[in-house]
Amino acid sequence: MQVTSSVRQPLVTGGKTYHDVTHDVSRQVEGKPSLAWFLAFLTAAGVLALGAIALVATLWEGIGMWGLNKTIGWAWDITNFVWWVGIGHAGTLISAVLLLFRQKWRTSINRAAEAMTIFAVICAAMFPVIHMGRPWIGAYWALPLPNTFGSLWVNFNSPLLWDVFAISTYFSVSLVFWYIGLIPDFATIRDRATGLRKTIYGALSFGWDGAAKTWMRYESVSLILAGLATPLVLSVHTIVSFDFATSVIPGWHTTIFPPYFVAGAIFSGFAMVLTLMIITRKVFKLEDYITMGHIELMNIVIIITGSIVGIAYITEFFIAWYSGVEAEQYAFINRATGPYWWAYWSMMTCNVISPQLFWIKKIRTSIVATFILSLVVNIGMWFERFVIIVTSLHRDFLPSSWAMFYPTWADIGVYLFTFGLFFTLFFLFAKFFPVINMAEVKSVLKSSSEKAAN
Amino acid sequence: MERDTHFVLGVFEDEDVLMNAVKQVRSSGVKIHEVYSPYPVHGLEHALGYKRSRLPIAAFLFGLLGTSLALTMQFYMMKFDWPMIIGGKDFAAFPDFIPVSFEMTVLLAAFGMVGVFMVSSNLKPWAQPRIFDLRITDDKHVMAVDLAVNSGMGEEKIKEILASSGASEVNNKSFDE
Repeated sequence: MQVTSSVRQPLVTGGKTYHDVTHDVSRQVEGKPSLAWFLAFLTAAGVLALGAIALVATLWEGIGMWGLNKTIGWAWDITNFVWWVGIGHAGTLISAVLLLFRQKWRTSINRAAEAMTIFAVICAAMFPVIHMGRPWIGAYWALPLPNTFGSLWVNFNSPLLWDVFAISTYFSVSLVFWYIGLIPDFATIRDRATGLRKTIYGALSFGWDGAAKTWMRYESVSLILAGLATPLVLSVHTIVSFDFATSVIPGWHTTIFPPYFVAGAIFSGFAMVLTLMIITRKVFKLEDYITMGHIELMNIVIIITGSIVGIAYITEFFIAWYSGVEAEQYAFINRATGPYWWAYWSMMTCNVISPQLFWIKKIRTSIVATFILSLVVNIGMWFERFVIIVTSLHRDFLPSSWAMFYPTWADIGVYLFTFGLFFTLFFLFAKFFPVINMAEVKSVLKSSSEKAAN
Repeated sequence: MERDTHFVLGVFEDEDVLMNAVKQVRSSGVKIHEVYSPYPVHGLEHALGYKRSRLPIAAFLFGLLGTSLALTMQFYMMKFDWPMIIGGKDFAAFPDFIPVSFEMTVLLAAFGMVGVFMVSSNLKPWAQPRIFDLRITDDKHVMAVDLAVNSGMGEEKIKEILASSGASEVNNKSFDE
């Protein structure tokens, strides 16, 4: 027996029964796609095709197509990489960390959030792979493979190599976690279908029969995967921050980076979850499952992580001054007042000031305001990575090497390509996969629905 | 009558009714084949008397394997096979090996445990599961009782016990395989 306080908000509104949950979620998968879906999908696929031109040009000509120079060897590519990986973190936080904390509101958003994680990590991984220049032989630089040099192995002292292991582990474990959760729901669709759809979803459901013994093992697997994914997700952005923090570049060489990057990742990830969820609930009419309560809770996470990020920015500045290291002090003054001042102040406005608006209840329970602020946060987080990467590099130790970074059309095009890829994959997921975890929503329905409260 | 082919099914609407029914049916001497649910019902495995899953042990052992493989690989490559001075560090720079060892631990623990889960629960794309009732994956809990196992008790008697324990429907189901 579960006892839930009557003062708690219901997680599912509209007096839904178990069958309603099945029906409302399976409807998308079974019906013909709507015009809105087609338009959205074609737009995403169009952006993907357009971006592919830049991608092919980069692969054909080499990374000289990008605006990099000998002072600024990392710019848009690594900015985009860190930005996409960060976005991915919210999915794991929702599905794993909130599972460990027994937060039942995760049940209706975890499926889509985790899909977002997987697609975001795919987009992220593209940048370092393309930046290798000749990715078709890149496996020898990134993986410990025997080779004809004798074998000259990869360098395990390098954070870039740790990143290879971290990102690929993160991607594969997230994929498995997501798929395990999908199996019972595929079985639901299988049992409602006939013909070809029954065969396809039958194969996808791996022969799931809903036996109590299998559910027991399933719960045990979910709990342990959550327990593994929690330190994993923290380690991934920690290692991403090591790419910078273990170097001796002023502006990068700081111990605050791991927690600061993780907080920023969750911050931007929740913003992206909100962007996607607000559209999804509207298009698929899932307002009873993804309620205002969910949106408000996610906005509260954004206030918290946004404030942590704000404190981190100020701490960085303070420590640069307090350290007494001139190069470090210069790096930070230059960020705020140098040629990239506009990027720094965009970051400060979007990340530190804008989320504070969520303290006002009217704003954090407004769909329009939440949607706009979720976009603002992600713009801000892109600028954060740009500021950290480019402003720290563009003032070299030798003033004769000082330079500026200007993106070329290929830089912009490859970034567009990942946007196209992300949304194409997300729209395909939203059409062909159940966007809400039906089994998990049903498991909280009795204790936490509006019906249960009456 | 062959084992595992003829069943009596009790269909339940509510998880709490089901939970009481499982206890009641078991105490009346009927052996339950299995209970099928659309979602995980907490405590059902205890009511059915199942032993705790040993999957956590599998995860731990696979994790241990991951750690040892990762450490062996890194020490072998960096210290013995092709030692190189990198940033003035020791060849066997143990702190540098921790991130990769951690990731490999997580990777092997997760994949190993999921693999064991798939094998032990017979989950595979070409599996042909026995579907007792199509509503199991929608909104009904189904308690299946194998008639051959409970041959000491008459079919009518079993149906009576199921109905009195709160089943909304009592059906027969046979598989001819």
